[in-house]
Amino acid sequence: MSVRIFVPGDALSLALGADDVAVALTAEIVARGLDAQLVRNGSRGLFWLEPMIEVEVDSVRHAYGPVTADDVAALVDAGLLTVSAHALALGPTEQIPALAAQTRITFERVGVVDPRSLDDYVAHGGYAGLRRAFEVGAEQILADVEVSGLRGRGGAAFPTGIKWRTVAAATATPKYVVANADEGDSGTFSDRMVMEGDPFCLVEAMTIAAFVVGATHGIVYIRSEYPQAIDMMRAALDTARAAGWLGPDIAGSALSFDVEVRVGAGAYICGEETSMLESIEGKRGMVRPKPPLPAIEGLYGKPTVVNNVVTLASVPFIAAGGGDAYAAHGVGRSKGTLPVQLAGNIARGGLVEMPFGVTLRELIDEWGGGTRSGRPVRAVQVGGPLGAYLAPHQLDIALDYEAIAAAGGLLGHGGIVVFDDTVDMAHMAKFAMSFCATESCGKCTPCRVGSTRGVELIERIQVGVRREANHAQLLELCDVLEHGSLCALGGLTPMPVRSAMTLFPEDFGLAPGGA
Amino acid sequence: MREARGGRAARADVPPLPDDQADAVQAVLDENHRDPARLLVILQDLQHRLGYVPAATVGPLAKALGLSRAEVHGVITFYHDLHAEPSGRHHLRVCQAESCQAAGGAAVWAHLESSLGQPIGATTADGALTTEIAYCLGLCAASPAVLYDERPIARVTVATLDRLVADARSQS
Repeated sequence: MSVRIFVPGDALSLALGADDVAVALTAEIVARGLDAQLVRNGSRGLFWLEPMIEVEVDSVRHAYGPVTADDVAALVDAGLLTVSAHALALGPTEQIPALAAQTRITFERVGVVDPRSLDDYVAHGGYAGLRRAFEVGAEQILADVEVSGLRGRGGAAFPTGIKWRTVAAATATPKYVVANADEGDSGTFSDRMVMEGDPFCLVEAMTIAAFVVGATHGIVYIRSEYPQAIDMMRAALDTARAAGWLGPDIAGSALSFDVEVRVGAGAYICGEETSMLESIEGKRGMVRPKPPLPAIEGLYGKPTVVNNVVTLASVPFIAAGGGDAYAAHGVGRSKGTLPVQLAGNIARGGLVEMPFGVTLRELIDEWGGGTRSGRPVRAVQVGGPLGAYLAPHQLDIALDYEAIAAAGGLLGHGGIVVFDDTVDMAHMAKFAMSFCATESCGKCTPCRVGSTRGVELIERIQVGVRREANHAQLLELCDVLEHGSLCALGGLTPMPVRSAMTLFPEDFGLAPGGA
Repeated sequence: MREARGGRAARADVPPLPDDQADAVQAVLDENHRDPARLLVILQDLQHRLGYVPAATVGPLAKALGLSRAEVHGVITFYHDLHAEPSGRHHLRVCQAESCQAAGGAAVWAHLESSLGQPIGATTADGALTTEIAYCLGLCAASPAVLYDERPIARVTVATLDRLVADARSQS
């Protein structure tokens, strides 16, 4: 049997040269007449080791990385197809400490399976969730999702079970399932990794959601910045449809459901669920006032489940094994696992899926290895561009929705961006306001106008014009944005701004303690 | 001059679409079943064919979809990806979000601007390259990052950018 060699094809592995490695490997295989075949898997998420190739020997996968095209010939010489002691050898993949210590549930198959193979998906437990759903019925799956404690991983952390129950109870038809794959927060890439590494998981999850709530149409709204994810999802939908996992009478059940990919057009605000619905309807992505909730009046005014990709990708596990298996992990009201993304100035950036409760310090120091520059950590932004900045003395906070909120921050989509001591926090505060001004949909005045006023105020503070008065006015403006905006963009932009001013007043030329 | 201000006379002044644009408009309308709910898809498809969404196509699109010109124009101007002007043969999306800033992006992007002699967000005079600001490319574990056409590139350095600019210009 020919030996399988895995070379990741996910966007960041490609960005680090995986295609060159694949080309070099193919050339060596042909030139030496080796009995080996390449599989383009997703990434395991250990990006400081990418491109990380794996060779399957006697059903055990052995990893090598980071590999460049120039290393390939020497790797093959050293016995790549058996088990080699080359300097790049990392040993059996599953025993790499940074992987072995994780609790991979949502990311169980990411980096493991061939994302283009439905057979591989099924061989690794795929469609067990939907099959069980057909056996036990919609009400039992709904109960499982409720028991699991699963909350929205896109940022709002709303209980998924309550959302699904609302849509299931709605009487209007047709109903829709929308997967929010407009992953715009800086420092996050877990949705991308799911779509590129385990796309059938998202297809199955959406089908389970459709079965539970009675939906007939699904849409995956993917940002245009993710061309590889778009291709992979489209391929997975075509394959699933051809195999009868989408379309009429899925797997012999009475369920009819199909899914379409829609591509975003470079608007951050379209990650906000109501703006996304407007965009899918072909309009400007203007935020809708809530209520009505999308669960009652969503896409085309009909009941709609809108869930983030990682939220949905957690569902097949819950549907297959029951809600208790998922709820056994985590702390307090934060049940299950969180795929954390380590980004920014970090030595070992990547994806770490752990039960809720791990601390920021463990993640940054132990998993991430500190800063890439080797300089001290000065600030950490958790939860994307709308999340608070934290200072080094706050890093013992456990990752848990409530604990982060109590510290004045938000967990958001689980992105952690590390800055070293060269960062200018007044600049970062101004950037937060300027980002809000650029990406505001313009529907509500506090966000549309307030963000630009915020940039101006911070500029005055930076150059020392009426510093105390402008600082006081900026704090007032933050209150207006927080309380007067329609959605989280205007409502949460004050979070990074205020935290930067409170924790790093010296960067603004302000006295410690501030006004 | 009363006629010139009237809607009918004003429309008579609009020149007919060049053939390639008219064909592209018909094709994307047909592919999308003239469904106004697919307006964004129609505009994306049109841009894919023509490289941009010419202003002259707004009227024909609006008419075929039963929308106002303002509705079509509004969608084009809302989305950063849609261009009303021709853009370069290659596109370089440069991430300016927090993760790339934290990893030294500013200095690298400053080099790009000085070597091109223009800010990010413009097209070079030879039409080879359009640079665009992006906010996150999802490559944050190895920032800073760019997307060159559809090719992602991470841990970008000054040398990477010089190579990409040369590549874009070599295919002029």
